[in-house]
Amino acid sequence: MFRSLHRIVAAATIAVLVAAAGACSQSGGSGSSGGSVPGVTDTEVVVGTHTPLTGPAAAGYSKISAAAKAYFDYVNANGGVNGRKITYKIMDDGYNPATTQQVVRQLVLQEKVFAILNGLGTPTHTGVLDFLNTNKVPDLFVASGSLSWNQPQKYPYTFGYNPDYTIEGKILATYLKANFAGRKVCTFGQNDDFGADGLKGVQAVLGANGVAHSETYDVTNTNVAPAIGALKQAGCQVTVSFSVPGFTALAIGTAAQIGFRTQWVVSNVGADYATLAALLKTAAGPLLEGVISDSYLPSVDDTSNGWVALFRRLNTQYNNNTPFDGNVEYGFSVGYLFVQALKAAGKNLTRQSIVDAVERNGFNGPGLFKLRFSKNDHSGYGGLQMGRVQGGKQTLFGPVYTTDDGSGAVTSMVASPAAPPANGIPT
Amino acid sequence: MTGWLHSCRRTSVPTLARHLIGVAVAAVALLGLTYVLDPFHDYQLATAAAYLCAAAGLTVLIGQNGQLSLGHGALMAVGAYTLAMVQNQFGDHGVIAQWTVVVSLAAGVVTATLAGTVIGLAAARLRGPYLAGLTLVVAIALPAVTTVFSGVFHGDQGMSVFLPPVPDQLGVDFPMERWQAWLAVAAALLTLLALANLVRGRFGRSMRAIRDNEVAASVAGIPVARVQVVAFVVSAACAGLGGGMFAVLAQSVSPDAFTLTLSLNLLLAVVVGGSGSLAGAVWGSLLLVLLRYWADQLTGGLALSAGLRTRLAGNLPLAVFGLLLIVVMMAAPGGVQGLLSRAGRWVGGRLIRRPSHRAEVPAPDAEPPAPVVSHS
Repeated sequence: MFRSLHRIVAAATIAVLVAAAGACSQSGGSGSSGGSVPGVTDTEVVVGTHTPLTGPAAAGYSKISAAAKAYFDYVNANGGVNGRKITYKIMDDGYNPATTQQVVRQLVLQEKVFAILNGLGTPTHTGVLDFLNTNKVPDLFVASGSLSWNQPQKYPYTFGYNPDYTIEGKILATYLKANFAGRKVCTFGQNDDFGADGLKGVQAVLGANGVAHSETYDVTNTNVAPAIGALKQAGCQVTVSFSVPGFTALAIGTAAQIGFRTQWVVSNVGADYATLAALLKTAAGPLLEGVISDSYLPSVDDTSNGWVALFRRLNTQYNNNTPFDGNVEYGFSVGYLFVQALKAAGKNLTRQSIVDAVERNGFNGPGLFKLRFSKNDHSGYGGLQMGRVQGGKQTLFGPVYTTDDGSGAVTSMVASPAAPPANGIPT
Repeated sequence: MTGWLHSCRRTSVPTLARHLIGVAVAAVALLGLTYVLDPFHDYQLATAAAYLCAAAGLTVLIGQNGQLSLGHGALMAVGAYTLAMVQNQFGDHGVIAQWTVVVSLAAGVVTATLAGTVIGLAAARLRGPYLAGLTLVVAIALPAVTTVFSGVFHGDQGMSVFLPPVPDQLGVDFPMERWQAWLAVAAALLTLLALANLVRGRFGRSMRAIRDNEVAASVAGIPVARVQVVAFVVSAACAGLGGGMFAVLAQSVSPDAFTLTLSLNLLLAVVVGGSGSLAGAVWGSLLLVLLRYWADQLTGGLALSAGLRTRLAGNLPLAVFGLLLIVVMMAAPGGVQGLLSRAGRWVGGRLIRRPSHRAEVPAPDAEPPAPVVSHS
């Protein structure tokens, strides 16, 4: 009669004791850092990230965090920033929003990181915005172009990095309007804010009826044949794709299989040539030739660019000479920007001081256009240059375009990026 | 504490009052515990409590009624998505108050109950592997609904959940995780209280009678189908509450949080803890959280190559859980709780030297480790 209750109470009591014992051993370790800034000592600053090392989006993206870490290794070997070495904790979330929840909590609550740097993915990072901002954790340079990162009132600790997908959509559409007038334009997008923001940008320029047909894919379903078939059925002559590299490759490969001939125009996040070529293997050459894309970082094949030369050199020395592609370049660029931000935040590093430093902006980096950071603007790069695959290389051409994510016009300017410092470490 | 319980045993305190006292004691102990733990462990406690809501309902269904469900993860999703949508409605209309969470949780329980009624009605006509098959289909199919109707459910990306901030009265530095732990523990204790009373009463006896022999139960006048449907609905309501708590903890919902793996994890928690035993569900839920954590700690402490570490990261807890399951099935079919109560009886017998007849009286709900599938 009494056993059930007896057992529950007994079990609960033992559970409490076990947990308390665990807590005691735990609190001994963390007690020393009480009162100071989490993740910051006089000799170290610990930052973390969530990124797909496995799963459907790992192709290409898994190289980003390794490259950023390589850049930090280089900086650490040269004395760190303000005497602090940078420790970069990389957590695999498999591009699964539920896993992101867990690993980010682990980073912030257990590993006590100072900041989250370059957390990757629109669907994944969206879920941790509230958590990071309620805990006042700097959420720097999110690796995605969702509009969500730019809400300084609601999310004062979050800053973007990529140009947002809406200005990208507007810029791509402006190029299409000028060069593919009269063609039937369709879109193929990821079924979340990534695809939706991009479509919004395209429609802002071409009009709601300017997009003849629109298809989406889900990251959890690798069968894109129905969507690609529908695009073929609709007679799309130009297809704008807001997709991660794995699904860009699937879309282009599937289109070739069913004889769907279209001009592919791919968002910069899913257009890295080396990544797509590795996925499409022997078919890559003919399938990718002529694919149009855009970029806010210099082309990895641009040997005359000082930044590319610098990052290639560091890649050889500190990143196991990984094949140098857009993802590696991206990782180094993010690492460089973070070191700039740390320097600007000064010796008395706090979570607020780095947020203030990023809002003061004034960063010069490899980007073709400036970063937009200010007190009222937390979005990243604001301009893009068009590019095309020619002879197995991604070549950028024409002016750098910029616009806003509203109804503003798309304007152009000539790119004039700063030269990198001689030792490759920001001053 | 044992002495106190024994003295209770001799007096005739009503069952409900006894359960209430037990819950109050546990609540006070856990409340204190949340102050001892740091925020990360508070969050783990909260997660275990959320698991417990669902696992407790499932252990009653499986262990006491003999119905096997592989679909409770999907029922948790129903509760979680309902909570998310109701909470976001409150947020959109500027209603920011703590009671909204209670209302949303209740809404989650109601929708999960409705879903459970539909499945339960079908389930009452199915036996053993066929029932498992039906619930398996639910577990696999339901997450896909979110991508098909992505306009409502926002596909793979899921939705963030609007939550009122920690009450101001608790102070500025009160961690969100401790508040979440309070909410989750309250939900879990309420679930345990309700289930303990249910199991103890007439309905519990009917469930066990059906589990042990359906024909005999029917002959004895027990409405077999109705009891089975109600048992399923009750466990679905618990799953809905657990799912709602999941959404409160993660402050977001996405289909990947409610895959088949979750359903199987719940089943593992039930079986490893001790099928049919509410205390066993406590053990199982704690293990679900702690095993993953320990596995992480273990791989973190070893010098491994990055590639191997990545491969181990998600899989080691599964391997450990699988191994544990095999060991438990072979060494202690009654689960952790069966093992503990056996040990407790042995120690008690040694220390107190009770009159032998007391030790031999089987507890009314002493589960002959119920076959998970009792009808085939």
